[in-house]
Amino acid sequence: MARAVTPRRKLINTGFAWAIGLLIFFPILWTILTSFKTEAQAIASPPIFLNFDWTLENYGVVMERSNYARFLWNSIIIAGGSTILGLIIAVPAAWSMAFVPSRRTKDILLWMLSTKMLPAVGVLYPIYLLFIQMGLLDSRAGLVIVMMLINLPIIIWMLYTYFREIPVEILEAARMDGATLREEVLYILTPMAIPGIASTMLLNFILAWNEAFWTLNLTAVDAAPLTAFIASYSSPEGLFFAKLSAASTMAIAPILILGWFSQKQLVRGLTFGAVK
Amino acid sequence: MSLKSILRAATALSLTTAGSAFAEGHGATITIATVNNGDMIRMQGYTDQFTEQTGIAVEWVTLEENVLRQRVTTDITTNGGQFDIMTIGMYETPIWGANDWLVPLDDLSAEYDVDDILPAMRNGLSHDGTLYAAPFYGESSMVMYRTDLMDAAGLEMPTDPTWQFIREAAAAMDDPANDINGICLRGKAGWGEGGAFITVTGNSFGARWFDEDWNAQFDQPEWAEALNFYVNLMNDYGPEGYATNGFNENLSLFNQGKCGMWIDATVAASFVTGDDSTVADSVGFALAPNNEGVEKRANWLWAWALAIPAGTQQEAEAKQFIEWATSKDYIALVAANEGWANVPPGARTSLYETPEYQEVPFAQMTLDSINAADPNNPTVDPVPYVGIQFVAIPEFAGMATEVSQEFSAAYAGQQTVEEALEKAQAIATEVMEAAGYQ
Amino acid sequence: MATKASRSAARLMMAPAVVLLLGWMLVPLIMTLWFSFRTYLPLRGGDQGWTGFDNYVRFVTSSAFWPAVQTTLIIVVGVLIITVVLGVLLAMLLDQPMWGQGVVRILVIAPFFVMPTVSALVWKNMFMDPVNGLFAHLWRFFGAEPVSWLSDAAMPSIIMIVSWQWLPFATLILLTAIQSLDSEQLEAAEMDGAPKLKQFYYIILPHLGRAITIVILIQTIFLLAIFAEIFVTTGGAFGTRTLSYLIFQRVLESQNVGLGSAGGVYAIILANIVAIFLMRIVGKNLDN
Repeated sequence: MARAVTPRRKLINTGFAWAIGLLIFFPILWTILTSFKTEAQAIASPPIFLNFDWTLENYGVVMERSNYARFLWNSIIIAGGSTILGLIIAVPAAWSMAFVPSRRTKDILLWMLSTKMLPAVGVLYPIYLLFIQMGLLDSRAGLVIVMMLINLPIIIWMLYTYFREIPVEILEAARMDGATLREEVLYILTPMAIPGIASTMLLNFILAWNEAFWTLNLTAVDAAPLTAFIASYSSPEGLFFAKLSAASTMAIAPILILGWFSQKQLVRGLTFGAVK
Repeated sequence: MSLKSILRAATALSLTTAGSAFAEGHGATITIATVNNGDMIRMQGYTDQFTEQTGIAVEWVTLEENVLRQRVTTDITTNGGQFDIMTIGMYETPIWGANDWLVPLDDLSAEYDVDDILPAMRNGLSHDGTLYAAPFYGESSMVMYRTDLMDAAGLEMPTDPTWQFIREAAAAMDDPANDINGICLRGKAGWGEGGAFITVTGNSFGARWFDEDWNAQFDQPEWAEALNFYVNLMNDYGPEGYATNGFNENLSLFNQGKCGMWIDATVAASFVTGDDSTVADSVGFALAPNNEGVEKRANWLWAWALAIPAGTQQEAEAKQFIEWATSKDYIALVAANEGWANVPPGARTSLYETPEYQEVPFAQMTLDSINAADPNNPTVDPVPYVGIQFVAIPEFAGMATEVSQEFSAAYAGQQTVEEALEKAQAIATEVMEAAGYQ
Repeated sequence: MATKASRSAARLMMAPAVVLLLGWMLVPLIMTLWFSFRTYLPLRGGDQGWTGFDNYVRFVTSSAFWPAVQTTLIIVVGVLIITVVLGVLLAMLLDQPMWGQGVVRILVIAPFFVMPTVSALVWKNMFMDPVNGLFAHLWRFFGAEPVSWLSDAAMPSIIMIVSWQWLPFATLILLTAIQSLDSEQLEAAEMDGAPKLKQFYYIILPHLGRAITIVILIQTIFLLAIFAEIFVTTGGAFGTRTLSYLIFQRVLESQNVGLGSAGGVYAIILANIVAIFLMRIVGKNLDN
């Protein structure tokens, strides 16, 4: 809602908002800056902001020590795979809840959300034993399934709220014109819900990317994503701020860039039905 | 970033997309879980040589200590089979060995010369006389102090100081105006961090965790004396916020010249005299202290060791790797490339007989400290357990972490020493009852 | 509008999601229940038979139990208050006309993309370290004694770290809601000479009610389970042990799966109490 304001007011708004934005962003900025310092500069007192010899040494060390590409690839596969699989299962479910609601729809929805409250660590041993039985330990497939299940309630919830915003009249009109259920979903519903689906995908991708309990405990080599990569740089012996910063930057950069490029979609769709 | 690493990344990317076909093409691949300490990282760098010699490829899973413990313990107790070699310590080895979860290392080759392993290390990594893990490096604890500050204070550090002298020296070197703390010690919660340190401090005051009937002993005067001494010492001459300082935090403090003394792992010696240290030229070493009149010193004994989980498909290959990584040749390899000060210490007798290594300033004190530690007889009064800074029972890690959290809260001034000891007593008693010791 | 055919089709479409989630919930739940009645010590030969309600009694009578429940609730409520209040203010600010709005929005939402482990590591080491942390430098610059954040102010520190991570989420949802506010209403109020504060209370806040409910609901689900932030920063020391961290200590550090499972059952009960409480509010708000 663009309102006309005086330039002075706009200037104040701008200054204020930028100051707060930078304050919130600062920890990330500081991490990125530190990743280009030497270990000694990283803990220098007083702290150095920009006037240091920028070095890529930390990144070189991290690349040398870890198979970054493999961790990255695993993260992409796990986050991406679970998102796609989740959508395939969630779209029909959300559709039917939104357009063919029954008395129990809301109960089912709330029950689904409540499954997310089971404390993960309590079931580590059961799940680990189950994974051994099924041969899923350290496999991307296993993690894709787990991540999908963890985030499924959120996906369904989000999609449900979008679908509900789509006016039923349009669907009815289509049906009058003789559209089948399949056509209805494919040609009318889906295009209208694309912003919602896009932001659901993004949110799910972010959540799966950042999940650090199951991804760490159910993997070793083949399926280990970036959360495991980070675990090899936190608190070793000796000075480590700079190397930790480099590893951290490498772990969050892909998702940060993705998030920035797609923030419009994310913002547009991230409502959970908050707006009516 | 060098061209080499870019190339490496590019190859890695193309290889990972090709999947595991690559690994299979070159015969066996073993997976090793290890901790992210400097010596292990260095070993990873030399792995290519092992692969060249044997054709066995190696996959590393390098994790931070706490995550590693959690990961390997889950895997070994469920027989998950994710790793062919696990890096474990002196605490885990006897317990896991007793459960038959590890492959006994009783048929190592003659050139490996198993008798060369330091007796203290070999004992600590054995169960019923059978070796279950080969030490990659070993450590005790000792005093590291600033010779320049001691000189300025007009004091001389004996090779076997008492806690009373340590306090005197801390008072003399403490210089808040110049940002120098008299002494830096671990206070961080966690059984392997502050828990280990306060346990050996307790030993050196005549305290113990349990009596011979597994009754917790935190209600005894020795513990009160030890803990009070530690808290007073640190409140008077220790750094700000020592309740959250562990090995790493103290290392960076010492390296920045902010500590007069630091009592910690002997492996720290190569760091404080290394390139990252601003005080490398003025560090002296002494045995860990004892309370006047108590024969036990605050020496601990620890080794990071390589063990093979029973049930691995690649036992022979794993043994080959262990023989390579903990051999005399490996030590010589590191010495040739990085200098003698950087070889993994504390594992082999022959290392300490090498003339070049004897010239390393901290070599002799490290050996003396290791020899001063006796896991089978750690305290003044008899105890039913093995282990110096730990009690080698499965319940210990959890219990000691909780106890050390209570202690850390006392260090931070959130409760009194008496309250902390009372809670420690309750925690230990509760755990021992639950585990059926009483 | 729903015909019989579409109704059965709808059931069919829902089936996979329901069955999967039912499985995902029931299998671990049943296993947790099973283990909670057994003496299961992985380091002492594994499953050693029935033990009745011993684990339940032991877990709840442990001196750590009630403080852990309290800590959990304090963290959840603390983070909710901070993120909702700051989120509303921030959303209103971002809604104002300004230069570079897109960039500011990017800066504000960035923390949401950072892994909890990474953010905990960064805060702990590079900001809250009492010697080398940036806060310590700042404090010293102003001549103050540096604070040992993670021991002397452990709970506020953790609440702050978690709030930093979740503030973007709250802000985003609230911002979308504010943007949907009918600006004519506000302009009319402005013409009537209604003071800003009144506008906020009577127009903006009621409009945001639904969005705030959503924020509270979603965040609570995630906050009840926070783990990495505590694992990395304090390891549960200094009164920061939440219920899920206590279960972690029982299961992994003490290697007592039976006891930990009993704790898991308590955690599920607690989560459900919170959930019922929440659902009441949310359910009402969502119906309108």
